[in-house]
Amino acid sequence: MTDPLIRLEGVTKTFGEGATAFQALKGVDMTVERGDFVAVMGASGSGKSTTMNILGCLDVPTGGTYLFRGVHVERLDRDQRALLRRRYLGFVFQGFNLLARTTALENVELPLLYRGENRKVRYDMAMAALDKVGLAPWADHTPAELSGGQQQRVAIARAIVTQPDVLLADEPTGNLDSERSVEIMELLSDLNRNGGITVLMVTHEPEMAEFARTIVHFKDGLVERVERSPGRAPAEMR
Amino acid sequence: MLYTTLLLSLREIARHKLRSFLTTLGIIIGVFAVITMVTLGNGISASVQESISSLGTNTLTIFPSSGTGRGGGAPPPPFEQDDVDAIREQIGGVKTVAGQVTSSALAVRNAQNWTTTITGTSNDYFESQSLKFASGRPFTSAEESAGKAVCVIGDTIRENLFSDGDATGQRFRLGNVSCEVIGVLEKQDNSGFNDPNNTVIMPIKAVQRRFTGNQQIRAMIVSVQDGFDTGSVQKAITALLRERRHLAGGQPDDFRIFDSAQFAATLTQQTQQMTMFVAAIAAVSLIVGGIGIMNIMLVSVTERTREIGIRLAIGALGSEVLLQFLVEAVALSCLGGLIGIVVAFFASWGASSALNLPFVFDPSINILSFAISALIGVVFGYFPARRAAKLNPIDALRHE
Repeated sequence: MTDPLIRLEGVTKTFGEGATAFQALKGVDMTVERGDFVAVMGASGSGKSTTMNILGCLDVPTGGTYLFRGVHVERLDRDQRALLRRRYLGFVFQGFNLLARTTALENVELPLLYRGENRKVRYDMAMAALDKVGLAPWADHTPAELSGGQQQRVAIARAIVTQPDVLLADEPTGNLDSERSVEIMELLSDLNRNGGITVLMVTHEPEMAEFARTIVHFKDGLVERVERSPGRAPAEMR
Repeated sequence: MLYTTLLLSLREIARHKLRSFLTTLGIIIGVFAVITMVTLGNGISASVQESISSLGTNTLTIFPSSGTGRGGGAPPPPFEQDDVDAIREQIGGVKTVAGQVTSSALAVRNAQNWTTTITGTSNDYFESQSLKFASGRPFTSAEESAGKAVCVIGDTIRENLFSDGDATGQRFRLGNVSCEVIGVLEKQDNSGFNDPNNTVIMPIKAVQRRFTGNQQIRAMIVSVQDGFDTGSVQKAITALLRERRHLAGGQPDDFRIFDSAQFAATLTQQTQQMTMFVAAIAAVSLIVGGIGIMNIMLVSVTERTREIGIRLAIGALGSEVLLQFLVEAVALSCLGGLIGIVVAFFASWGASSALNLPFVFDPSINILSFAISALIGVVFGYFPARRAAKLNPIDALRHE
C-alpha cells in the first residue's frame, strides 16, 4: 500500500482571536486514497466546509499537518498553494461560479490560460472537456443562456480540463432539482470511475452521498464516523 | 504571461464598452485639452514670429523718451536731421537710417474723404520696413531734398479714394496741400503699431514744412546690416546720442531704442509661457481622469469580487490578478490617450484654420501626453489592482 493521496493529522482551525475565538476544527484525522469518491456530510457548523477549504488548499490549518501527495501543505505560502491548485485540483461550487458574459468555451479555457497553454491547445482541451460533459454544442453560449444543470456541467468541464488529481465539489447539486442532481452525480461517478479522478464532495443530501464509496460524517469540528460501502469496488488506480 | 493578461484585460474592456468609454473619458478630455492648447499656442507663437519678422527683424526704432515713471519734467528734445546723418556716418553696421515724422490729415478726392496718418520719411524707410510697391516708384532725391508734395499711399487709401482706377499720377488734397501720387504700396497683412495700409508717405521735408511746421524728427528707424549684432549697434547709437544730447554720466537716457528682434523674442517667450500655463491647467484634468479610472477600477474590483475568487481558486497567483487589473487600467488609460490624441489632432487642425493660425504639429507633446496617460493608468490602477490581488479566495467566492 502506497501513501494515501491525502492525509490530515490532528488538524485544528481557529477563527478570530482572544475571547471571540472560535475553534471550527478540533483535531481532524482523515485519509483519502487515490481514486476514492468521498462524500463529506454533517450539519452546518460541523466543520465540513472548513475541512474542504483546507483540503482544497484555499485555507491553511491552525495546527496539525496536511499532507497532499507527500507535501506539507500547511508549510506552503499563498502562491505555492495557488500553484498546487492550478496543477492538481479542480473545483466545482454550489453556485456554479462561472464568469458572466463569457462563453462556456472561454470559461473552460480559463485554467489553461493560467497554465500558459497556447491557443490551439486551449481550444482542443476545452472542447474535449466540454464534450466529456456533453456540452460541446453549447460551447459558444454564455451562462445566462444555459440552464442550471448545463451551467454546472460547464463548471465541471472547467474543473477537469486540467486533468486534476482531485475534484473538490462543494454541494454541487445544492441549486439543482432532483433530476438534474442525479445527472450531475452520474457524471461525477463516471469521471471518478473511468477518468481516475479522486472526488471529494460536500453534501447534506443522503441520496447524493449514496453515489460515494466513502462517507465521512462531521460533528462539532471532529470526524464522527466513516462509512465505507463495501459493495462498490474502488476505481482503477491511475 | 503578459500576453495572456493583456488578452484577459482587453476582453474585459470589450465586454463593457460603455463603461470603459465613460471611464476613459476623463483621460480623453485631459489629453485632448493639453494637446489642443499646446498646438494652438505653438500656432500663435509661430504667427507672432511671422508677423514680427515681416516688420524686419534687424531694425532699431529710436524715440525721444524720458523713461518711465517720471512725470512732470520737460518733454525730451526731439531729434534733428543731424542726428540721422550722424548715425548713418558714424556707426558701423548700419545699413540705412530713416528719420520719421508723423501727422494726420483729412484726405479728400472728389466726393470721398478719409482720415489718414501722414508719414514723412526718406526712401530708406521702404527698405527697412520691407514695403513693396504695387505700382509707381519711390521718391527721387530731388523730390526728397526739395520737399516736394509727392506721396506713396497705402492700400486702404487707394481703396477709399481711388476705387475707380489707377492712382499713380493722380492728385488729391491732403489737408490744405495738393499732393501727387507717385506710388502705391502692396497690401500689408501685418498690423504693427499703426496700420501700414492706412498711411500716406511723403518726403520728410514736405511733412515738416507743410504739416508739422518745424524741423523736428519724432523717430529714427535704423536697419542693421546682416551679420552685425543689433545689441552692439544699439550700444554704439546710445553712446553717440548721449554725447550729442549732452547727457552727463548720471543722467538717464532721454530716448529709447526699440529692438524688433528682442521684442520678437520677448513676445514669443511670453506666448510660450502662456501656452505652458494653459497646458498646465489642462493637465489637471488628466489627473482628474486618473482618479476617475481609479474610482471605476475600485468599483469594478468590488463588483467582480466573485470573479476574482474564481480565478484565485482555479490557481491564479496574486501577482497575476494584480497584473490583470493593472493592465486593464493601463490599457484603458492608453486607449483614452490615443483617442484624445486623434481628437486633438482634428480639433487643433480645425481650430487653427478657423482662427487663421498656422497648424504646428508637435510630436513631442503627443508622445508626452500618451506617456503621461499610461503613467496615470499605472499609478491609479495599482491601488485597486493590489486590493484585488490581496482578496482571500474563500471570502471572495462567498461574496454576493
